Amino acid sequence: MTLMQNAITAAPLLSVEGLTKRYGPRIGCADVGFELYPGEVLGIVGESGSGKSTLLSCLAGHQRPDQGRILFDGADVLAFSEAERRRLLRGDWAYVHQNPRDGLRMGVSAGGNVGERLMAVGARNYAAIRESATDWLGRVEIAADRIDDRPSAFSGGMQQRLQIARNLVTGPRLVFMDEPTGGLDVSVQARLLDLLRGLVRDLGLSVVIVTHDLAVVRLLADRLMVMKSGRVVECGLTDQVLDDPQHAYTQLLVSSVLQV
Amino acid sequence: MTDQAYNFAYLDEQTKRMIRRALLKALAVPGYQVPFASREMPMPYGWGTGGVQVTAACLTPDDRLKVIDQGADDTTNAVSIRRFFQRTAGVETTEHTAEATVIQTRHRIPEQPLSEGQILVYQVPIPEPLRFLEPRETETRKMHELEEYGLMHVKLYEDIARHGEIATAYAYPVKVEGRYVMDPSPIPKFDNPKLAGNPAIQLFGAGREARIYALPPYSDVVSLDFEDHPFTASKADHACDLCGSATSYLDEVITDDRGTRMFVCSDTDFCASRQAQGHRGRLSPQGDNKP
Repeated sequence: MTLMQNAITAAPLLSVEGLTKRYGPRIGCADVGFELYPGEVLGIVGESGSGKSTLLSCLAGHQRPDQGRILFDGADVLAFSEAERRRLLRGDWAYVHQNPRDGLRMGVSAGGNVGERLMAVGARNYAAIRESATDWLGRVEIAADRIDDRPSAFSGGMQQRLQIARNLVTGPRLVFMDEPTGGLDVSVQARLLDLLRGLVRDLGLSVVIVTHDLAVVRLLADRLMVMKSGRVVECGLTDQVLDDPQHAYTQLLVSSVLQV
Repeated sequence: MTDQAYNFAYLDEQTKRMIRRALLKALAVPGYQVPFASREMPMPYGWGTGGVQVTAACLTPDDRLKVIDQGADDTTNAVSIRRFFQRTAGVETTEHTAEATVIQTRHRIPEQPLSEGQILVYQVPIPEPLRFLEPRETETRKMHELEEYGLMHVKLYEDIARHGEIATAYAYPVKVEGRYVMDPSPIPKFDNPKLAGNPAIQLFGAGREARIYALPPYSDVVSLDFEDHPFTASKADHACDLCGSATSYLDEVITDDRGTRMFVCSDTDFCASRQAQGHRGRLSPQGDNKP
């Protein structure tokens, strides 16, 4: 099948229409709509307070939007029962927090952290759980002999990689990432990005990634949405938006990046 | 003699009624923690205030009560609770498992199999099996509601990863009737198999936490485990030094400062009846030895 046919026949994995979230009189995000196709990485950029985190938490089901529809695989996620929603959150979906402490169990060993999602979906064979935990630690470049160490004994970059392994172990189809490289120094950031790019391509993941770092989206994202004051001001292919920004705010954003 | 200053079995009738309603609900939904309006009792929390309230709600003047603490009839906790009900309810008491109609227990199930018509009341310190994994009560309730018990296995996983086997030796989590995961109170895991299919009614009372839960007779109770690390009911690998029983749960008693120790049945009634039948252990007075 050629790429062209593929694009025509594939239905969007996630489709969002008119998503609005208000905090009292203030707007969190307003009238956001997009479609995400299987295997696609969508970057959402914008300054602090532009509504990108609100949007992500509405998408991932952490908050309920006031208006709009979210269709995953054709099913209306907002109409799901609590049980169905949580099953989605630990099966087909994954969420990588900015701070790995929010996404990890700090009192549980690395292996237990990776195995938790497996056990949550019914894995009951210790050897098999251990084997896939070891496998996943290897994939995120954590040495196998650290499997019984607690995340508190890990560096920040290792914790973030562990969190990624923990999320991807059940083979989710859609991953939400909230500033996955935030708080890491640049060399660690580069390694993490390299790793993420490899995983996303190998596993064919669909990803919604929120960040304020344009370099991150340049490396990872196929398409880009620029948000300002809760609204989407520009969207398009990543290189197109970054190289030829049309909206005044996007131009400001692109020109604000420090050149070394 | 009943102390006339109190109602029968200390609690007033309205309170007993409230507890009985919670008990009925608990029996109807095995393993589910039913909240109840736990009362202040004339003993400190941790001494069995939950069990005492459940016992008080179950007792009738015709009942015969046995109270055990870690299997023993003669330890402080057992003696004080037994005397409490002698005084406030005037019921008969016994140390023989088979003769008792209501048995209040702390941390053991008697060795002698129970029969239909008996009630076993457990004292429970922390009723929530997920508590040390998930501190939020709102979240643990949601987890019970949605049957999200993966976290319980994370605890067992950690045990194996750290100790090479499931090292949880007491308060070993069980799944009741294929639905609720339940903390069987801090009984040794040796006693877990006795929870299942037991002809007696098993009631669990947590006073401080204000929860009651229950196992109706002949309930299906399964100890959680992994396929390749199955549950095993473990005990000290010895025979009782007083009655010679190789099958009962043992206490280890250190007898001097040079590491000498003896193993004795934790169930005193079981041990005493065996000795009365002539069974002898390693440290019994020599003479009529019968293995």
